[in-house]
Amino acid sequence: MSIKGKAYIAGIYEHPTRLAKDISLAQIHAQCAKGALEDAGLTKDDVDGYFCAGDAPGLGPMSMVEYMGLKPRHVDSTDTGGSSYVLHVGHAAEAIAAGKCKVALITLAGRPRAEGMATGTVPRSRGGTPTPDEPFEFPYGPTVVNMYAMCAMRHMYEYGTTSEQLAWIKVAASHHAQYNPHALLKDVVTVEEVVNSPMISDPLHRLDCCVITDGGGAIVVVAPEIAAKLKRPKVKLLGASEFVKTQMGGKVDLTYSGARFTGAAAFAEAGVKPADIKYASIYDSFTITVLMQLEDLGFCEKGKGGAFVADGNLIAGTGKLPFNTDGGGLCSNHPGNRGGLTKVLEAVRQLRGEAHPKVQVPNCNLAIAHGTGGSLGLRHGSATVILERE
Amino acid sequence: MAETKERKLPAPAISDETQAYWDAAGKGKLLVRKCTSCGQVHHYPRTICPFCFSDKTEWVEASGKGTIYSFSVMRRAPVPYAMAYVTLAEGPRMVTNIVDCDFDKLKCEQPVKLVFKPTDGGPPLPMFTPA
Repeated sequence: MSIKGKAYIAGIYEHPTRLAKDISLAQIHAQCAKGALEDAGLTKDDVDGYFCAGDAPGLGPMSMVEYMGLKPRHVDSTDTGGSSYVLHVGHAAEAIAAGKCKVALITLAGRPRAEGMATGTVPRSRGGTPTPDEPFEFPYGPTVVNMYAMCAMRHMYEYGTTSEQLAWIKVAASHHAQYNPHALLKDVVTVEEVVNSPMISDPLHRLDCCVITDGGGAIVVVAPEIAAKLKRPKVKLLGASEFVKTQMGGKVDLTYSGARFTGAAAFAEAGVKPADIKYASIYDSFTITVLMQLEDLGFCEKGKGGAFVADGNLIAGTGKLPFNTDGGGLCSNHPGNRGGLTKVLEAVRQLRGEAHPKVQVPNCNLAIAHGTGGSLGLRHGSATVILERE
Repeated sequence: MAETKERKLPAPAISDETQAYWDAAGKGKLLVRKCTSCGQVHHYPRTICPFCFSDKTEWVEASGKGTIYSFSVMRRAPVPYAMAYVTLAEGPRMVTNIVDCDFDKLKCEQPVKLVFKPTDGGPPLPMFTPA
């Protein structure tokens, strides 16, 4: 069974906050849910499917279902880190296609800034029963940034990728963020500013890293018969795929991500190819994340990502592949250290023609949103969706 | 930049499944897990082979020789350290650190050899230094 054409994204909402000192985690989830339902023209009582990930308080979906007063007949709390919400869009479409629900709500929220979390530079043990990998990794000090940095280091070694090429990804994101009033970083930066920013973990500089923000968002996915009754522009799901890439028993290869598999599968299901895509939302925890995913999704040959992203090729209006036109995680928002949901949101804005006029892609009828969650260098979950303006 | 200050290493969380690995580490030996059905060596060690799913696996001692697959020097840590994947001569790549060296001279594919570093109340950790 394919999900092609079986579901539509009817409502979206991105919380405007980037520092949520006086709001609870559950409150942010609910505010986002309310915003996305109002955007769709639906109510809380229309929701019969609820999706959340590990950022939601409590065990799986139960606490948030109670807090929001939902009565879902289908729930899914699959957690693949920041890619979870891209994956949830695919799972929601599967549930809708199977008749398990008609109005699926996906929520995300997080408060790492308000809670003073050392997000990227301190090794974290999950606590509780150790994962089987933990004793063989945690004592060595893997952090978010150094494990992504090792991917960049190997990419540079094998393909000659440079820090300047990676910097172009941040430069492009900053060109877009200047038009987003909610973006954490609104200043346009140059390649020189990126490569001269402090080294965090070789070869990634401070400006190769995404922002750390509080906030959240929500997505409403609906059945075709519901979408037909709503007044918003119709954004149809054409393809979806997920994959978990690991160290493969010691045969780890840091030069590619799970996007190699999710991209191929999602494009095949959608019946389109990378050259058809008008706008790309690409997970941007770090600049290297974007570069590897663009290669793996098929936008350029493996190893040629550096040349592909250079010279402003990702900037809306001038480049061939406009990406993350809201400023992305690199400049605007990475709520709760989980950036997959906001990737879907900007893709929907582009397809609706509701992106900022300065970055709106003309005649944007086909978009991709891709997420990577977990750690690119240790184990990660990849998820891709391909969306069409009907 | 040479490693000068001492870095405190947390003790690994040991399970019954991998007790032998850590006991060997305490004696200065690096063990890897080999499958007698498919003949392949994997890491981290498991009783069921992640390649062929056979439960016929055994410990073998690694030579301690390897090459750096990739690395990154964590400059922002209180004591900077070099995170790495080392490709063991036996095949698997393992998460580790490169120690006792000039971090600025590290390179991918550089030969390295096994050393052990003490942890805070646990068995020592297998690490590597330029050969």
